[in-house]
Order: sequence, then structure tokens, then C-alpha cells
Amino acid sequence: MKIKADTEICIGAGMCVLTAPEVFDQSEDDGTVVLLDPDPPAAQEAAVRRAVQLCPSGALSNS
Amino acid sequence: MTESAAGSVTFPTARESRFDPPAVLVRSAQENPIRPMTYADGHEGWLVTGFALARAVLADLRFSNLPDLAHSPISTQMGERRRKRRPGFFLGMDPPEHTRYRRLLTGQFTVRRMKRLEPWIETITAERLDAMELEGPPTDLVRSFALPIPSLVICELLGVPYSDRDRFQRDSRTLLRLDSTVEEAEAAINDLTDYLRDLVRHKRARPADDLISGMLEGGELNDEEMAGISVLLLVAGHETTANMIALGTFALLSNPSQLAAVRDDPSVTDSTVEELLRYLTIVHLGPIRCALEDVELGGQLIRAGQSVTISLSAANRDGERFEDPGTLDVTRPPSGHLSFGHGVHQCLGQQLARTEMSVAYPALLRRFPNLSLAIPPEEVPMRTNMAIYGVDRLPVTW
Ligand code: HEM
Ligand code: SF4
Repeated sequence: MKIKADTEICIGAGMCVLTAPEVFDQSEDDGTVVLLDPDPPAAQEAAVRRAVQLCPSGALSNS
Repeated sequence: MTESAAGSVTFPTARESRFDPPAVLVRSAQENPIRPMTYADGHEGWLVTGFALARAVLADLRFSNLPDLAHSPISTQMGERRRKRRPGFFLGMDPPEHTRYRRLLTGQFTVRRMKRLEPWIETITAERLDAMELEGPPTDLVRSFALPIPSLVICELLGVPYSDRDRFQRDSRTLLRLDSTVEEAEAAINDLTDYLRDLVRHKRARPADDLISGMLEGGELNDEEMAGISVLLLVAGHETTANMIALGTFALLSNPSQLAAVRDDPSVTDSTVEELLRYLTIVHLGPIRCALEDVELGGQLIRAGQSVTISLSAANRDGERFEDPGTLDVTRPPSGHLSFGHGVHQCLGQQLARTEMSVAYPALLRRFPNLSLAIPPEEVPMRTNMAIYGVDRLPVTW
């Protein structure tokens, strides 16, 4: 699975970090999403899908 | 909820039981997830109660949060009060203006930063518990525990002297009371703004290690904007969490097996916090948005200019989304509720609130394993007349 994050529309709510901490982090400056792993392993897939679904701003997408 | 011939309803506020939203509202979530509603001033708008539609409206930027566009579903006084735009008060702004302010703040509220505050929040909590023990039972849990913890935390974060709490707690209570007159609410917000503007000026001259000083450093914001942001953070930062701690404890005391699980099993702490947030949904009267253009939603046509009230309480009890939604189950796997809202305005302070709650409930129950109500449950005064639901007092003993 490939994952994309749009920091322009991210509002820094942190749902992604709570849900899949191995894949997402937040920048110390403005709190926006930082992708730790744009191509997460299969073991992370369920958590990543949930993070995409929970993100309040629609900043995350997967393919 | 009264229904007119045209099928339009008015907003129901009367609760049949203390922990549940009005039954008609909950039923509506599945039967009528979106329906026409007549607002307090006669405006014909909409009521959204279904989980999926609630989420869709909150995520859709064709719906504005500008206060002067919205009509109020209840009492016109509240409606009047909503109307004014205020500098720095970014909850009442749309992107891109909203984004500018939010960006300046999100870095201060990341998951990591809030986790780092945990040991300090644990210390504050233990100190309150020590004070309760020293004073002895019975005590009002709101006054001795639920309100001081978030107040101390947000004061320390912002750099607001906790010793001034009488002033800002009185003002924020007036602001959140639904039966305050327009004049009373106006006086309260002006007083709060004056107070925080003075503080901002002081910090400009003498910066300290706190959030207000940190934001001033950037040099982007003037005193009016900084005062508005500080009012929003101060009010949103303590009344909400205080009500969650007190009402959440009341709900656990009313469900002894759930209480025992929270007290004895640290592995349920996180799911307890999410479940209490969902089950109690203390932001119980909105939010309200206004359509900027015609929008089709759930088979209905919302016209530009129409107000939409999103009932977070009803959406969080939607049977389509949650199994057995009326049951409090602290082991329910968290699956995303709407208690912090959704979309660009989703609560800025949510990670802080989560940390405060996940420290407070277990610490209280472990210190006083025999905690119980000191009065019959039906005598606990409920905050039905407040924008944020909760209890006025919670007399407890141990
Ligand atoms: C359990 C406690 C809390 C609950 C249930 C809660 C709930 C909410 C909700 C529902 C919204 C969205 C309102 C809307 O969409 O119109 C919101 C926004 C907000 N909350 Fe909270 N909140 C809580 C705690 C806090 C804390 C501790 C802070 C402060 C540090 C805070 C600061 C804010 C701010 C600044 C906004 C506006 C965000 C924006 O417009 O971008 N909240 N909150
Ligand atoms: S959940 Fe979405 S909005 Fe929140 S930090 Fe992650 S990407 Fe940004």
C-alpha cells in the first residue's frame, strides 16, 4: 500500500499519530503530518486504513 | 420535538434520562438522518442526526462557521450572541483565514507534546487527591477535583495566573449559560478579553516560558488577535474537560462493573476515555453550520443561506454506526466518535483532554476504591441549561 499526505490541508489533529504511530508523526513546528513510511508493510495496513478514514481534514489517501 | 404539518421539527432539548440525549433525537439518527427544522427565529433550516451525514457536513467546506451567518435552533438570546465576529476567535472563521491561526497553534498541541505533559498532569492530579484526603469526605468532586485539574493545566500552559481563576471561571460560566441575557454574555466576553489583553501586553514586555509568550515571539499577531485566541483557549480548555471528568465519574458510579474495570485494569484506560466521550457527548447542542451554496445531502437539497444543526449526541448514538449504542461499554474498541467534532474545526485541544482524562479517572478510583455518591443520584443537579452538558455539583464520599 502506498500512502500520501497533503500537509497543505492537514489541520494537525493528530488522529493519524494516535492510530498508526509507526507510519505517521507530527512536525514539531506546525503540528502537520509527517510521513515516516510512505510505503508501509502489510502488517500496518489495517491501522493505516483506519487513520485515513479517521483523519478529519481529508489530508491522507492510500492506493 | 414538535412536528409541523410540513414535517418540520423544532430542536428537542428535554432529556428523559441523565446520560442519554432526548429519545426523539436518537431515534431520528436512523429514521430521519437529515430533516427540516424550524429555528428559534422562524428560519427554516435542517437538523442532521445520522453519523455519516454529520461527518459529511463537518468535513464539507461549502458549510461555513461564520457566526453572523448562522441561525440558532434554540432561544433567540443565544442566537443573538452567536452573531459577532471577533479578532483571533478562529472557531468562528472559515479557511483560509481559519487555517492561518490554527497553523500557528497546532505545533503546540501535537500528540507527542501532550504525552510529554503526562507526568506533570499526574503530579497535579495527585496533589488534588491529597487535598481531598486531608479535607475528608464528603466533598463536591467538581470543586475539589474535576474543575481544578483542567484549570491548572490550561493556566500553566497559557501562562495565566491560576490565582485569577474566580474572575475567568465566573465569566466563562456566564458565557456558556444558555439563559444569560445578551448583555450579560457581552459583558462577560468583554471582561475576559480585557483581562487577557492586559496579560498579553504584559508578556510582550516580559516574555516567559508559556504558550502566549511563544506565540508573541513569531511577531505575526497583534494584541487583539492574541487576546481573542487566548479567550478561546481558556474557555474551551477547562469547562469541557471539567465536565467530562465529573460527568464521566458519575456515569461510572452508576455502572459499578464498568467502574471496577477502570479501577483495576490499566489496559482499558484508553478505550474508557473514548467510550465516555462518545456516550456522554457533552457538546450536546450543535455545532451549527451555514450552507454557502446549494448542497445536496442525504437526498435533500440544502439551499444557500440555510442553517444546518449537527447533533453530535444523536450521531454518536447512531445504531448504523455503533452496536448497542445506548450501552456504556468501557472495553468497546475505539472506532472514531464525533465528540471532538470533525473537519477543519476538530478540537485543537483533544490530545490534551485525552491525557487529562486518562490520568484523572484511574487515579481517582485507585485512591478512593470505595468512592460513592453522597446524595441520591436523582438529586445530582444536571447542567441542562448550559452549552456544555455536565453536572453542577457531584457530592461524593469514600
Ligand atoms: C473533553 C473535552 C473537550 C471536548 C468534548 C471538546 C469538544 C470540541 C468540539 C466538538 C469542537 C468543534 C466545534 C465545532 O466544530 O464547531 C472543539 C473545538 C475546539 N476546542 Fe475543544 N473540546 C474539549 C477540550 C478542549 C481543550 C482542553 C482545549 C484547549 C486547549 C480545546 C480547544 C478547542 C479549540 C481551540 C477549538 C476550535 C478549533 C478550531 O476552530 O479549529 N478543547 N472542541
Ligand atoms: S489526522 Fe489528518 S489532519 Fe490530523 S494530523 Fe493526521 S493528517 Fe493531519
